[in-house]
Amino acid sequence: MSAAKNRHNTEDYLQMYRQMVRIRAFEDSANQLYLSARMPGLTHMYSGQEAVAVGICEALTDEDRITSTHRGHGHCVAKGADFKAMFCELLGKAEGYCRGKGGSMHIADQSHGNLGANAIVGGSMGIATGAALSAKRLGREFVTVCFFGDGATAQGLWYEVMNMAALWQLPVIYACENNGYSEYTRTEEIAAGSLIARAQAFGIEAFQVDGQDVLAVNELTQQLVGRCRTGEGPFFIELDTYRYHGHHVGDINRDYYRSRDEEAEWKKVRDPITNFGKWLIDQKIMSADELVAIDEEITSDAQAAVQYALDAPYPDGNEVDMHVFSGVDHALEYPGGAHR
Amino acid sequence: MTREITLSKAVNEAIAEEMRRDASVILLGEDVAEAGTPFKVLSGLVEEFGTDRIIDTPISEPGFMGIAVGAAMTGLRPVVDLMFGDFLYLVMDQLCNQAAKTHYMSGGKLTAPLVLRTNMGATRRSAAQHSQSLQALVAHIPGLKVAMPSSAYEAKGLLKTAIRDDNPVVIFEDKLMYQDKAPVPEEEYLIPFGKAHIKREGRDVTLVATSSMVQVAEEAAEALAGDGISAEVIDPRTIVPLDEQTILNSVRKTSRAIVIDEGHQSYGVTAEIAARIGEKAFYHLDAPVIRMGAMDVPVPFSPALEDLTVPNAAGVAENARRICRGELIHAA
Ligand SMILES: Cc1ncc(C[n+]2csc(CCOP(=O)(O)OP(=O)(O)O)c2C)c(N)n1
Ligand SMILES: [Mg+2]
Repeated sequence: MSAAKNRHNTEDYLQMYRQMVRIRAFEDSANQLYLSARMPGLTHMYSGQEAVAVGICEALTDEDRITSTHRGHGHCVAKGADFKAMFCELLGKAEGYCRGKGGSMHIADQSHGNLGANAIVGGSMGIATGAALSAKRLGREFVTVCFFGDGATAQGLWYEVMNMAALWQLPVIYACENNGYSEYTRTEEIAAGSLIARAQAFGIEAFQVDGQDVLAVNELTQQLVGRCRTGEGPFFIELDTYRYHGHHVGDINRDYYRSRDEEAEWKKVRDPITNFGKWLIDQKIMSADELVAIDEEITSDAQAAVQYALDAPYPDGNEVDMHVFSGVDHALEYPGGAHR
Repeated sequence: MTREITLSKAVNEAIAEEMRRDASVILLGEDVAEAGTPFKVLSGLVEEFGTDRIIDTPISEPGFMGIAVGAAMTGLRPVVDLMFGDFLYLVMDQLCNQAAKTHYMSGGKLTAPLVLRTNMGATRRSAAQHSQSLQALVAHIPGLKVAMPSSAYEAKGLLKTAIRDDNPVVIFEDKLMYQDKAPVPEEEYLIPFGKAHIKREGRDVTLVATSSMVQVAEEAAEALAGDGISAEVIDPRTIVPLDEQTILNSVRKTSRAIVIDEGHQSYGVTAEIAARIGEKAFYHLDAPVIRMGAMDVPVPFSPALEDLTVPNAAGVAENARRICRGELIHAA
């Protein structure tokens, strides 16, 4: 990492550090909930990729939109979401962001511009591009960032929407988090040629950045967001990163597709939080003790939010047919529309 | 000799046997080779058949579905593994506009002998995009056969028949049943399409149930027996073709019917079967035919809501008791 350019940015640096630690703490708690059989279903951990979500989202405002993925907790936290409402959603409770209807793979946080996680790989590529079309047509300044994984680049949809985004100069940034794997398969086995060349083929300016370096990610995103606002979009960024856990929380025995040495190496040498913490100390922005205090405070916040969510009520059964249609309170009462 | 094996093992055996028998059978899908799919259904196949025949694809469902159609038209017999039934929406054009219509549009000159293996079933807390039961969607399309195994025994026998069929066949496995065991013969067997299985004989009410709902119907029948109501349980095994005769014979005997399927109720499989009973056995009926499908809402994540959306044994038994008492369940 380069030297701190501007001491006035201390607040920004701290915010980035805190947000990365918040994501890690959220995921550690979610994993515990799964391991102790207190979470319904499965979930995909974002740990290891924190610098991507935080570096990008810290370059955005609440007006700016993101679309997220099945591995979406990190994007959601980074965009400003609250722990309690997130844990409530993971546990299917009424106070969750989606009133328990969505769960881990569908968390959306309208108040901070998160249009939602998505359980269909690549499923949000159209949505992000459509949001960018809205911004342009409505003359609004917001930029949309479309997060997706390396595996999602195999979806044909991406090529269709990139073509249109380029033709229509839409303010959208396609952010591919290349964590080296899609499920149990290495990226080299599913991607021919180069990813950035694919975007470039549409005349889209494309960048590769170290996804473990929060400052590098943030700096690049700030530039691209600024250029999107003046009509220079779309852009593509490929971020080199790594997921620490299995594909999902239940993917414990991973030896057949990736080595423990490889996992240990990333954690030891390229951990985005450790490295940024060291940099903050080197630059004399923070002391080691101050960082530990932040970590502890956030861990206890997460624990309190988990407890809150465990104690929170489930939605009432009569919510089951609410929100099927906008403008219809209960779908089962809609004429001829549904049945019980 | 019969032993008990899981549904997952039954599927694995069916594919292995057919691949040994016929070199033109190949299998394609995501994480099917070394990983053996996320449900571990295909574990071990790549060791025997190699990566030339057990082919890992990128996450490109329309692409590999289309490749399967073309390969099927030119000499191979592809088995496509679609990880979740919910991803059917991604492959609909290749399946319904291409595979389903090839034979007809070519005046019988081309065929597309392929199998699309996928799954269905809610209550796994997987939310709205990983829990759907979309059999009605494909059963609606002329040219596609649709099989719905209700146990390991059916899963193996129907899949082997599907692989030998010269038409595109979609087979839905209940993802909650992969670890359920059932007696399966060691010897080779096939289950013909279009022949329903009478799982339990009865006099008072016919329960026609598919896949995951067969167990539900059997449980309901058991409860009803305690109340002196004798329920007949029929598993159609394939919904295209549909063994109408067995269903109608049963209803003519019992004069009451409840049709149960895990797809959404409206415009669904239950609606189709109920309509046929209404059309063809009307004068034998003592009560309106009752449909029981999944509630017409996207599948909610919260356990508190999700369990309300699928038919259960208590609900089936209650409806059966009421129609046997002569009550109207859906009063106008
Ligand atoms: C259309 C579709 N196909 C397959 C899946 C199953 N699936 C879920 S995540 C995943 C891998 C995605 O890999 P990548 O895009 O690299 O994201 P990562 O999991 O690495 O974050 C797959 C195949 C899905 N959810 N949607
Ligand atoms: Mg990946």
